[in-house]
Amino acid sequence: MPKPILTIKNLTKTYGQNVIFQHLDLTVNEGDTIVIIGPSGTGKSTLLRCINLLTRPNEGQIWLDDLEITAKGTDEDQVRQHIGMVFQNFLLFNHLTALGNVKLGLTRVKHLSDEAATEKAMRELNRVGLADRANHYPGQLSGGQQQRVGIARALAMDPRVMLFDEPTSALDPELIGEVLEVMRQLSLDGMTMLVVTHEMGFAREVADRIVFMEKGYIVEEGSPDEMFNHPKFDRTREFLWKITELYGKKEKEAE
Amino acid sequence: MLTWLGYFERFGKNFLRGAGVTLELTAVGLVIGFVLGLLLALARSYGPKWLQRAAGGYIAVFRGTPLLVQLFIIYYGLPELGLTFSQNMAAYLALGLNSAAYQAEYLRGSINAIGSAQMQAGRSIGLSKWQTISYVILPQALRLALPSWSNEPISLLKTTAIVFLIAVQDLMAEGKRAATTTFDFVGVYLAVAVVYLVMVFALDALFKFLERKTKIPGMDIETRR
Repeated sequence: MPKPILTIKNLTKTYGQNVIFQHLDLTVNEGDTIVIIGPSGTGKSTLLRCINLLTRPNEGQIWLDDLEITAKGTDEDQVRQHIGMVFQNFLLFNHLTALGNVKLGLTRVKHLSDEAATEKAMRELNRVGLADRANHYPGQLSGGQQQRVGIARALAMDPRVMLFDEPTSALDPELIGEVLEVMRQLSLDGMTMLVVTHEMGFAREVADRIVFMEKGYIVEEGSPDEMFNHPKFDRTREFLWKITELYGKKEKEAE
Repeated sequence: MLTWLGYFERFGKNFLRGAGVTLELTAVGLVIGFVLGLLLALARSYGPKWLQRAAGGYIAVFRGTPLLVQLFIIYYGLPELGLTFSQNMAAYLALGLNSAAYQAEYLRGSINAIGSAQMQAGRSIGLSKWQTISYVILPQALRLALPSWSNEPISLLKTTAIVFLIAVQDLMAEGKRAATTTFDFVGVYLAVAVVYLVMVFALDALFKFLERKTKIPGMDIETRR
């Protein structure tokens, strides 16, 4: 029996009259890698932001393990420690070195000693292949390296689940591979991951389940095989065909 | 022609003493202004609505009225309400309260420029709002503000000259006394101007040095949005 880490029930988010998504249900089991795909503006990013409480849903509930994190009076800072977030634009702390970026949460949130924090941070940087860049500032790193530091920063908090919000969309094509490789390894290591991406190669190879979202609804979800080879809905087939065509070309150009 | 150079010999000690008072006024005004200005900037950016308005009102009033009027209200007006200050204390207060309004605007601008994205990044690893402000936003915002903020100490140093009007013994007051002794207004005030100029150059060099010292490697922070 798979153990759900993240349970989303009947989630609705609106900005004024503008409905981002409605009555959304999603379960993420321990160790699963779930890839969310769909056209832009369909609420994928907003869904991730709701999950780590950067924005509040209007209706519905989210459970992290057995804790309802959308309940009133939840300690948001406590919850966010357990939910790692990787941003499209990296959002590293520009005034801190790679090491400093990874250490900040360890010293200030987990209250580790400087020594223990450095050791742990170096382990995480090593995990993303950047131990030798520990003393570089974000401005001295390539986009791909910055994003890997971003991943290490989130991993350092030992999260229950990692959220990736289009982690490679802001990268030059030749830098996408190194980030996807880190994510693939993470998935193999059993990390629970929820990934919004347009990288169909990654989705096909790494995802346990693919969720296709459009206009605020989950149109269809299934295994990569089901989704790519015999989707139930024409709309899914159409979107996957289009996006594979578009991004496949880009990948070829990069080679 | 260059007789005024002789005034440095004749009044050198007085000018030096006055310059010391001027620097002291600048330093105290700057520190009061920085602490209060930072609080005002934080209140405007992160405070509840009423506090944002209150801070905005403070800034509007202190930037919108002459410093001299503020100084006179503090020194001559407040005693009527039972609040009496020494000349120096009134000068510190007026300079500090006034400078705070300007410093708040410099700091608020760069806090906004660092923006909500860094706030999200900080919150995402479990830092609280105020932790994120202290460890993530402010270190970047202060550095970002430095080039434009360094106008403030220079401007403040020159502004301190008005406090001779409530008989604080600053450089301007020493100059005035020397001028009325010699009746050579042009010569004496030229000499006084040179002393101000030297202090301004020194301050300018100090802050240029600070800018280089605190530069964040790899980051062209001045041109960042």
